[in-house]
Amino acid sequence: MTSSAGLHLKTFVLIFFMILFGPLGNVSLSKGMKTIGAISLHNPADLLRVGVQIFQSPFLWLGVLLLLLFFVAYLLVLSWADYSFVQPAGSVAYAVVALLAHFLLKEPISPTRWAGVCVICLGVLIVGHTSPRTTEHK
Amino acid sequence: MAWETVLLLLIVFAGTSGELCVTRAMKTIGEVHDFRPSSLLRVMLRAIQVPWMWLGVALMAVAFFSLLGALSMENVSFVVPVTALSYAAGALGGQVFLGERVSRRRWLGVLLVCIGVTLVFFGRK
Repeated sequence: MTSSAGLHLKTFVLIFFMILFGPLGNVSLSKGMKTIGAISLHNPADLLRVGVQIFQSPFLWLGVLLLLLFFVAYLLVLSWADYSFVQPAGSVAYAVVALLAHFLLKEPISPTRWAGVCVICLGVLIVGHTSPRTTEHK
Repeated sequence: MAWETVLLLLIVFAGTSGELCVTRAMKTIGEVHDFRPSSLLRVMLRAIQVPWMWLGVALMAVAFFSLLGALSMENVSFVVPVTALSYAAGALGGQVFLGERVSRRRWLGVLLVCIGVTLVFFGRK
């Protein structure tokens, strides 16, 4: 039997790993795909060419590695915490993605979009204050 | 734009149903108490024997390649926030398929997330 405080600490440490590795992975994937260029879905030969380029892009491999680390942390936390708690709590990642996209990739982000990101974070804050497990512990 | 919408929908729905399947699989394994690498490896070995895990991973793979496609067309600061729509799908799916109790407070948070996603969507230009 795990104490409630221990359960919370374990949960939040793993969620911290999720919000670190997830956004870094996405930003890295984006960087890789931008160097490859927009995919045309009408032409199968083009998809094959892009598929080969994907395997040759270091940023894509880095992104995949980071997302794997994210995924392992995610799987572990899901073994005890509710999905409808973990998914929203991990969504602080959405703010981190916007910050990294702005500062690392120099993406222009309009004030409306920043406002949207802030509202998402507010939603996350509210969701994060609910209990991590509501189902019966067998 | 049409393809992009299809890709965004695939990221949300294939991704969310994949995660629900993976959660179901991990819950049959039970809470992880031991974080030593050998024990984690044993957890992973048990996880890949659960069919829900495979279905979940397949769906998440679909979502992943859709994500790559969408990222080739749009900025990451657009694509990733829009995929937060999966929060509504996730809360609903958690309640319906996994028997999790989603409190009114949690629903309020999900609602705010949806409003935020809408703002991100309309803040394109």
